[in-house]
Amino acid sequence: MQEIFEKVRAIIAEKKGVDPSSVLITDSFEDLNMDSLDSVELISELEDHFQVNIPNQELLQIKTVKEAVESLSKLVTKG
Amino acid sequence: MQGRRVVVTGLGIISALGNSVDEVWDNIVQCKSGIGPLDHSIYPLPIKINNVAQVKNYEPTAHFEKKDLDMLDRFAQYCLYAARQAVNQAGIAFTPELGARTAVITGTSIGGEFTHDKALSDLYLEKKGRAHPFTIPMIMPNAGASQVSMAYGLTGPAYTVSTACASSNHALGNAFWLVRNGICDVALTGGSETPLTFGYLKSWEAIRVVAPDTCRPFSKNRQGMILGEGGAMMVIETLESAKARGARILAEITGFGMTSDASHITKPSQTGAEHAMINALKDAGLQPSDIDYINAHGTGTMVNDSMEIAAIKNVFGDHARELSVSSTKSLHGHVLGGTSALEAVITTLAVMNDVLPPTANFQEHDPECDLDIVPNASRPKQIRHALSNSFAFGGLNAVVVFSKYKDS
Repeated sequence: MQEIFEKVRAIIAEKKGVDPSSVLITDSFEDLNMDSLDSVELISELEDHFQVNIPNQELLQIKTVKEAVESLSKLVTKG
Repeated sequence: MQGRRVVVTGLGIISALGNSVDEVWDNIVQCKSGIGPLDHSIYPLPIKINNVAQVKNYEPTAHFEKKDLDMLDRFAQYCLYAARQAVNQAGIAFTPELGARTAVITGTSIGGEFTHDKALSDLYLEKKGRAHPFTIPMIMPNAGASQVSMAYGLTGPAYTVSTACASSNHALGNAFWLVRNGICDVALTGGSETPLTFGYLKSWEAIRVVAPDTCRPFSKNRQGMILGEGGAMMVIETLESAKARGARILAEITGFGMTSDASHITKPSQTGAEHAMINALKDAGLQPSDIDYINAHGTGTMVNDSMEIAAIKNVFGDHARELSVSSTKSLHGHVLGGTSALEAVITTLAVMNDVLPPTANFQEHDPECDLDIVPNASRPKQIRHALSNSFAFGGLNAVVVFSKYKDS
C-alpha cells in the first residue's frame, strides 16, 4: 500500500510540478487541480508501472488519491 | 438570415447499417443496430475494444478500377462511393459551366489512416528504406474532396474541414452558406472516416471512453461510445436550380450555427452547445417551438449525454418536453469526422418520412436524460424542422437545421 501511495505521489508531483510530500492520501483529484484527462493519464501510468488493468467503469469512479491507491492495491495483491 | 433557399436533392451513404440509403433507412426504422464484434485476429497485439460498427459486404474492386484503387485510401473510397449515390439520385449532369459553380466540402477527422498505418509499419517494423510514393496524396484529409471534384469535373471551391467529431457538420454548414450566399449554386458535401486501424484503435482504447459492450445513449447504465466507420454525401443546391432541373426535393437546409467552448480540450461545455443550437435557430429564422426532432450528438458517454439534454432543456424551455431527441450513434456507431454526414442523411430521411429514428440499446431511465429519447423503436411523428447536433473534442460545436420542403 505504501509503495503504491509513494508511486501515485511521485507521478502527481511530477505532472503538477509540486513536492511529492505535498500530495496527501486525503487529497481529492480536484484538490490537486487534476481534471478527468489528468486522472486517466495518472491511472494509465500506474497500470503500466504495476502491470495491471483497471476497467474503464472503475477508473471513472476514482476521484481521490486514496481511491486510486486502494484500487491498485486490490489488483497488485491479486497478481 | 436572408439568402437563396437551399434544398437537398441527393443522398448517399455507406455504413455499418448498409451501403445504400434504402438499406440504411430500413435498418433505422426497424432499429437494427450495425454494431458487432471487432475482428481481433487482424491486429498484431490485443486491443481492449470488443465491439465496433463496421461496414459490411463492401469489396473495393467491385466499385473501383484497380488503377484508381492504388490512389484511394478507404476513407476516400467511402466519399466517392457515397457521392456517386447522391449524384445519381439528384440526377444532375455536370457541364463545365455547372461544375465551375459547384463546391465539394467534406469533413474528416484523420484522413487516410490505413495508408498512414501501413507507411509507418513499413518503415518502423519492416525497415523498408522508403514509403510508397502515393502515401502523401492518399493520407491527406482533403483526398476525399479532391477525388470527388476530379470524378465529376467540379472546379468550384473544394476543401476539407477537420474539427474532430463535428467535421462533417462544419463541412455541411459551410457548403450550405456557400450556396445560400451565391458563391456556388450546387455543393456535394458530407464526409467519411475509417478509424479501425491498429494505431487509432489503441489510441481510443487509451482515452477510456469506449464502451465494453455497446453504445447506450441516454441510458443510465451507459458506458461510452462505439467506434464506427463509413461515409455519407449529399447534393445540395439552390431551390431555383433544383426546380429548373425538375429535381425531386428531399428536404430544405435552413440554418447553421457554430461555437467554440474555449474551455477544455475534451470536456464539453453546456454553454457552447446551447449557443450553437441558438445560433442555428437564429440563422434559420425559427423559434424553439418550431423544432420537432433533434438528432443528438449522443455519444453514449456519461458526460456528453447529460450535458446535451441539459443544454436542450435550457434552449427549448417547456418545448423540450414536446420535441423528440434520439442518438443514431447507437445504430451506426460514432463515425467521428464522418458521423454528422451520416446523421445529416438520416435527419433528412426523418424529415421526409415523418419518422423519428430511435435510440437503440436503451435499458435504464436516467433522471438527467428525462426527455423523449425515442427508446428502442422508431415511430411516426410529423417533423416540420429538425436539428442535427455535433459537439467535438476541442470544444467545437456545429448544428445544422433541416426543414420539410414547402413550395411557398
